[in-house]
Amino acid sequence: MHTNPASPLLQLDGVKIAYGGIQAVKGISLELYKGEMVCLIGANGAGKTTTLNAISGTLGLAGGSIMYDGDDIGTLPTHKRLRKGIALVPEGRGIFTRLTVEENLRMGAYIRNDAAAIDADLERVYTMLPRVKERLAQVAGTLSGGEQQMVAIGRALLSRPKLLLLDEPSMGLAPLVVEKIFEVVQTVKNEGVTILLVEQNANLALEFAQRGYVMESGQLTITGSGRELLADPKVRAAYLGE
Amino acid sequence: METLLQQIVNGLVVGSVYALVALGYTMVYGILGLINFAHGEVVMVGALTALQTLLFLMGVAPDMAPLLKLAIAVLVAVPVCMILGFLMERLAYRRLRGAPRLAPLITAIGMSFLLQTLAMIIWGRNYHTFPQLISTDPLQPIDGVFITPVQIAIVIISALMMAGLILLVTKTRLGRAMRATAENHRVASLMGVDTNAIIALTFVIGAGLAAVAGVMFASNYGIAHYAMGFMPGLKAFTAAVLGGIGNLGGAMLGGIVLGLVEAVGAGYIETMTFGFLNSSYQDIFAFVILGIVLIFRPTGLLGERVSDRA
Repeated sequence: MHTNPASPLLQLDGVKIAYGGIQAVKGISLELYKGEMVCLIGANGAGKTTTLNAISGTLGLAGGSIMYDGDDIGTLPTHKRLRKGIALVPEGRGIFTRLTVEENLRMGAYIRNDAAAIDADLERVYTMLPRVKERLAQVAGTLSGGEQQMVAIGRALLSRPKLLLLDEPSMGLAPLVVEKIFEVVQTVKNEGVTILLVEQNANLALEFAQRGYVMESGQLTITGSGRELLADPKVRAAYLGE
Repeated sequence: METLLQQIVNGLVVGSVYALVALGYTMVYGILGLINFAHGEVVMVGALTALQTLLFLMGVAPDMAPLLKLAIAVLVAVPVCMILGFLMERLAYRRLRGAPRLAPLITAIGMSFLLQTLAMIIWGRNYHTFPQLISTDPLQPIDGVFITPVQIAIVIISALMMAGLILLVTKTRLGRAMRATAENHRVASLMGVDTNAIIALTFVIGAGLAAVAGVMFASNYGIAHYAMGFMPGLKAFTAAVLGGIGNLGGAMLGGIVLGLVEAVGAGYIETMTFGFLNSSYQDIFAFVILGIVLIFRPTGLLGERVSDRA
């Protein structure tokens, strides 16, 4: 179906993930090509977050394989996957609430040693997220939800990822803030970063993503371009509230 | 008045050592939520390793300058204890990372017995004389108030080590990773932090501080013994709880406050109890403080919530 002749940047093949004997993800296969923005939509509990956690390495596999940039990374620890270029902005943002905003951002650059380039990247994050700059010395726990989400995204960018995994970036945020966050995501995408986006807000996700997968009870059921999925009557009925 | 001043001096000295040991408790608690009850034994291993090194040096190089001997002894004791701290975490606690809270706690108590018994096998049950290579001839800066050079050294070296630790934790990239890991292991690993390495490093740093504390205790009192780590360990744990466990500044403050209360209390306990108790009962104060803190302010002087983690 896909015509891109290059090999995928990320390829999940028959991936199964279990929590204490219960299979949350029941053998899914998906692939992402360099520079794509792909979304994974589905109801609560379908296994979307679980899938992202398995790609980033905070959850182990019960079966199947994850290939990234030609390597099997299925058993690689999380911190090594980040070094390979896979960054996750986790559900609930995962801000270090007791560290300052600047320390949070600098944690994103933990694996890097190029102080001057880090400072330059920090400046870039500040221009993308001007509200963050005013709060650098503040303890991050005092930020609003939207500001925390921006810090979380900025922090992930500071590792200079090749593959950015975003878990529900719009969750619990006001529409204006969501719009701002998706502008940033779009900028990042335009710079060539490959993005896998998990969203409950399917309308929004499909509008931005080139392709999408629909996940139901641990399985991928429907796949297609963003436009196709937006037009699919089943998708419309189940996820777009029609 | 002289008694009070004298006891304040004594309290500062012993409090600095408590603070060094308390830091090890509080760092490990901060990062793992584990109370490493074997930490006091590291103090003992540090003192006895230093003793062993000193005896060896006195045998092979009797003419070596005393301070140099002591420095070498510390330079042996610190890495030995660091390796011990590393092994404790690697062989015992890491395997229990996901286990219910009680399992690592009981393991820590077991580890404490294990280390004491091993030390008893190696060094015997007797008290050993620890060579006092820094002078213990008291100086008298104020009439009636005495302080020995070894005590001055203890206070200064403790202060320097604590300042170094604070700088490491608050100002460096490594310290930032330690704080991030303490707050959230999973997200720290998502930042590329090898959290297992950071946790191991926390044990290693704590053990290094404890080794120095062990040499300080032994140098101050002139004795070393296989069970000498137990009481200072409990006192330092009390100090960590008093300051707010998990909080570095709290461990330092708690150590000093506990040392002061204990020393001043020891100076007046006879008067307070109309001669019923004498200063050999000074240990009472630490545990009365522990009880009071746990009942009325379980978060300690500087601490945050602790309720679900103790």
